[in-house]
Amino acid sequence: MGITIYLLTFLLLLVAVYGIVAKKNIVKIIVSLAILDYALNLLLVLVGYRTGGKAPILSPGQSTEQFVSSAVDPLPQAMVLTSIVIGLSIMALMVAMALRLHEKYGTFDMEHIRRLKG
Amino acid sequence: MSERRTGMTSIVMNTTKLVTGLIAVFGIYIALTGHISPGGGFAGGVILAAAGVLVVLAFGGKFSQRLVTESHTHVWDAAGAAGFLVVGLCGYFTGGFFMNFVPLGKVHKLFSGGMIPLSNLAILVKVGAGLLGAFLALSAFRPTSGPLHKPDMES
Amino acid sequence: MGLEWMVLALIGYMVVAALIAVEASDLLSSVIALGAAGFGLSIINLLLGAPDLALTQVVVEIISVVLLVRVVLTRRDTSVQTHRGALRTAVVMLGGGLILAAAFFAFGGLTGGAGPEAVPPFGQPVLVHKAGDPVPPGAAAAYVEGAVKQTGSANAVMAIVLDYRGYDTMGEAAIIFIAIMGVYTILRRVGRSKPHAPPGKEQTP
Repeated sequence: MGITIYLLTFLLLLVAVYGIVAKKNIVKIIVSLAILDYALNLLLVLVGYRTGGKAPILSPGQSTEQFVSSAVDPLPQAMVLTSIVIGLSIMALMVAMALRLHEKYGTFDMEHIRRLKG
Repeated sequence: MSERRTGMTSIVMNTTKLVTGLIAVFGIYIALTGHISPGGGFAGGVILAAAGVLVVLAFGGKFSQRLVTESHTHVWDAAGAAGFLVVGLCGYFTGGFFMNFVPLGKVHKLFSGGMIPLSNLAILVKVGAGLLGAFLALSAFRPTSGPLHKPDMES
Repeated sequence: MGLEWMVLALIGYMVVAALIAVEASDLLSSVIALGAAGFGLSIINLLLGAPDLALTQVVVEIISVVLLVRVVLTRRDTSVQTHRGALRTAVVMLGGGLILAAAFFAFGGLTGGAGPEAVPPFGQPVLVHKAGDPVPPGAAAAYVEGAVKQTGSANAVMAIVLDYRGYDTMGEAAIIFIAIMGVYTILRRVGRSKPHAPPGKEQTP
């Protein structure tokens, strides 16, 4: 069961890599990179999950022993939290590059852009 | 979208007027209570930026230029980054880099968690202003007169 | 057990949405399918006990879809369906996937995380330490135990992000800062003549 979940996440990652490798449209490549980001974040969160676990937030009146025995792993979540926002700003950077390229060449097609270059 | 000078229809504009303040306050609340409930500076900053994005989309670029410009967001972005660094440096002068220097307080109260609310506030300003500035720059971008090189579509 | 099936179904939904996003013949459909995948990820985060991530992911998803729609809405492009050697890349990707899956099984996927280098099985993170386990519980257990006492924060994720690993977070804030600066720099008008600049300076390319 758990293996199936991990393998589906790997499949998501491979779909993203396929999009990056096989597509020639810049917007498609940006979309594929975003999906790659999702797959990696999802893998990290899955690794930190504990069966029947609760969110790692101490509710009022809960003792520390209960908290330790029920919380999921907060470390991957801390990593992913910053990674999500970094993904958004990197996407803004890529979108800016795509706009500039479209302004200069009038197309999103990598083939045309490369042909004009050389 | 933001291309139009007059913005969207009056229904969208009036709804935006009602909702934007609430969204911004919700973002600040999320950031300030990040140490006792889900949220934190990153989520709050993104929500704050979303409020600004809503205004830009509904009212158009011309109107939002009067409220906030890219130079404002530059300044706030840098101020947030500097504030976070100052929090770290205050810790440095009282023990170690990013060491806690504020009394911890009682758990589940607003004034608890040591330096975490301060850092959350700095991160809120930094992420909110940064993402809003990036969106403003992207939405104000207009291509110059056509492509400089014509791609040969025949081949 | 019900939760695992739900997570499995949602990941399957994400894979389908990702396939549509990669293969759609229209750029707008592709962007909207990306948004669908992101909302699925947000629900998975909520189910897996990560409300912080769910909250952040929803808003980030909205903003990124708005950004991408801003790009594709006014720019029609006829070259969406072109591939670079589609059959060859498909074969390469299939081989890569097989290798990845084999590596994953080799690293303790079937043996239940026996070796010290194995990925822990689903539902038993490194945090959970039983007596006689070869894997030490790691830093996460110490973080969970000490978060409330040492930092005074009820939210263990925030305690790690901003207190235990504040230095890390400073680096990540620097990454965001640099990326935003890159957006400003790329979109700045080059060759914009300043009225008060001396006439000789702006001629240099």
